[in-house]
Amino acid sequence: MTSESTNVGALPRARSCAVLTHEGGLHARPAIKLTQLAKRFESTVWIALAEQGPWTDAKSIARVMAMKTPHMATLYFVAEGEDADAATAALVNLVESDFADDDNGR
Amino acid sequence: MSKNVGIVIVSHSPDVAKGAADMVRQMVGTNVPLAWCGGNPGGGLGTSVEAIVRSLDLAWSDAGVVIMVDMGGAETNSEMAIEMVPEKRRPKIVVCNGPIVEGAVMAATESSSGATLDRVRRAAEELYAR
Repeated sequence: MTSESTNVGALPRARSCAVLTHEGGLHARPAIKLTQLAKRFESTVWIALAEQGPWTDAKSIARVMAMKTPHMATLYFVAEGEDADAATAALVNLVESDFADDDNGR
Repeated sequence: MSKNVGIVIVSHSPDVAKGAADMVRQMVGTNVPLAWCGGNPGGGLGTSVEAIVRSLDLAWSDAGVVIMVDMGGAETNSEMAIEMVPEKRRPKIVVCNGPIVEGAVMAATESSSGATLDRVRRAAEELYAR
């Protein structure tokens, strides 16, 4: 995991990345978990497969699934908002924990 | 009663409706009101207005309910069912134009985070909107 925070303009912005070790890549179930987690934060959250984008709305289940992210891809996250740091950290934790079940409304 | 938007799945086949509901439960979880119906009263393929009305009641939420349908009669019977529920509920029920399985899972994913009826409908319809 790498993480950095900057404060450009009004809203805090944070970045992070993690390698998708989950077998089968970001298929339906992990994509749903990732989206549900992203939605817990007020910040706008984007996800990409490369550091320079293109960026996808991490709160859109249809768009996250459409990325068809393969096993061992690196996922990049950017969040912008008051809880940006917490959002990017939580998303990396989800990916690195292999999408372990938590209390995510299940 | 859940504050999350409910999902009703209406298919001509009870197996399809139940299977789509199983996917919602296993993939998204249990914090979304969910009901399904399918088949005609004689045990064949078809949809029943009465069964849809019951499902709307089971999955009711004050935040509203979206209906996912497969084809033809499922949609027209769902519209008839909406006319049979209490009048004040009708504006909060929408039939979605999306794929029944993927649409139900995506609508439930959106609903599970407390999204509004309109956002849940848009999630259900996003795959057809492209």
